[in-house]
Amino acid sequence: MNVLVFAEQRDGKLKKASLEAMSVGREIADATGGSAAAVLLGQGVGPLVEGLARAGADKVYVGDDAIFAAYSDAYGLGVGKAAQAMGADALVFSATAMGKDLAPKVTARLGIGLLSDVTAFSAAAGTVSFQRPIYAGKAFATLVPSAGKPFGVTVRPNVFPVKENAKAGEVVSLDHGVTPGDLKAVVEKIVTAQGELLDVAEADVIVSGGRGMKGPENYKILEELAKQLGGAVGASRAAVDAGWIDHSHQVGQTGKVVSPGLYIACGISGAIQHLAGMSSSKVIVAINKDPEAPIFKVATYGIVGDLFEVVPLMTQAVKAMKAAG
Amino acid sequence: MNVLVFIKHVPDTETRVKVAADGLHLDLGEANFVLNPYDEFAVEQGLQLKEKLGGEVTAITVGGDDAVKSLRQALAMGADKAILCSDAGFEDADPLATARILAAAASKVPYDLILCGKHGVGGDNQQVGSLVGQLLGIPAVTVVTGMELEGTTLQLKREVEGGTEIVKASLPAVISCQKGLNEPRYPSLKGIMAAKKKEVTTWKAADLGLDPAALAPAFGLQKIELPPPRPAGRVLGGEIPAQVQELVKLLHEEAKAI
Repeated sequence: MNVLVFAEQRDGKLKKASLEAMSVGREIADATGGSAAAVLLGQGVGPLVEGLARAGADKVYVGDDAIFAAYSDAYGLGVGKAAQAMGADALVFSATAMGKDLAPKVTARLGIGLLSDVTAFSAAAGTVSFQRPIYAGKAFATLVPSAGKPFGVTVRPNVFPVKENAKAGEVVSLDHGVTPGDLKAVVEKIVTAQGELLDVAEADVIVSGGRGMKGPENYKILEELAKQLGGAVGASRAAVDAGWIDHSHQVGQTGKVVSPGLYIACGISGAIQHLAGMSSSKVIVAINKDPEAPIFKVATYGIVGDLFEVVPLMTQAVKAMKAAG
Repeated sequence: MNVLVFIKHVPDTETRVKVAADGLHLDLGEANFVLNPYDEFAVEQGLQLKEKLGGEVTAITVGGDDAVKSLRQALAMGADKAILCSDAGFEDADPLATARILAAAASKVPYDLILCGKHGVGGDNQQVGSLVGQLLGIPAVTVVTGMELEGTTLQLKREVEGGTEIVKASLPAVISCQKGLNEPRYPSLKGIMAAKKKEVTTWKAADLGLDPAALAPAFGLQKIELPPPRPAGRVLGGEIPAQVQELVKLLHEEAKAI
């Protein structure tokens, strides 16, 4: 199977999720017998080829052009052209904001199917199967592409490891044929959220607060712990609906579905729609006053106590641990 | 300003799922089906545009007869017309097939703008907005939390990791709506009564010029299973400061999570 991976970059840096996707693409190509390539679009992106080669790209189709400077419909055309040039049997995107917007535009253009948000796969000679969560992770479906038909997948960030598997990374200049008339929806600018904390969708540590936070002013203590752990601040629907924190922080079935290495749930009882969104986290810590709270059923470690006492102590303890090396 | 709103009838987020005996379906017998929560933002946005600019709001769905309940909900909120795309050949529709059906329906109704929810809860595919835009050859902007319209130019806010993209697009366009875009209204009693009298039009594959054979799913389903249960955790004991010390030690040494 020839596999084409969309390499997402922002501000001249490859997204880590793209390297994860590249590693997935390499593995599928190796297991099924084929080559793996990347398609890289942007302006001044040449230096990023090397990173893709290290993660397993035999070839990189590069569209280095002012027309790709900002994300637009032109990306769908560009990826479609690369897929045709390669004779791709499978397309792999990261399930990032851009990947989720772009992938269906490419697969609709090619008239092929797309599986969203894949969290596991197994590949062997000529065949590959994929697992993806449904109902925000309340269940998992295993699917196989129709025999002999090309297909696309988006793979969830933070799930697959980046594997070093250096290949040639031969640069092929993409003959994209995009003209300014093709640009219908164009990103004019990106307004970065205030603060230095990560987005929950990208973080490997999430410190999340629910109804027990009692008010917006108290999220500060979660931010301090998140900062010490290099993580992000999350929230339950109850906290978002109360207006304490922006919806972009919401974790759960009507927010973001996350699988970080560590999820610390503070004052979150564990409604089923929240559990669906975070119970695939590798390690879960529950801090709650109510020993009967459902969150303790999924927690690796639990502290029954007042989060306003526990969280600041935890921030101090992490600080002390880091200071001690 | 004629607006089409694509909606979906879905199990609510409180639903506990069970796998049916065949291992290929979910047993949703006890689930309460509702208008997809994200579609409420789409209906609301359509109604606000209509109130400002005139025109009609038409709600369209692909589903069985039970989906009429969610169409009625959209009508009760204030939509003018409702269309149910229903056919035995639509039952296994995957996102691409659904988008083809919706695109065929859209081609029969004059529109300036198409709105839909960010994704349908349950399937969680988040594809239909982008797919329909591509199939109709019009711009699609997804996960939108802010919208301003001037003439035929849309200025949109789109949620991305760690920030917001400002996107410019022109009508006609497809916009998928995210929480934060607006506050959906509750249907008034008058709206609910009026919705009962509004007609729901049903279109079958033939009405849409579609061949169900061309709508076969792109992937074969092998199985559906529940996630493995998490191993039993440990609730710590003792004084809180000592518990915190122990927790941080466990996270560092045992779980290697920090």
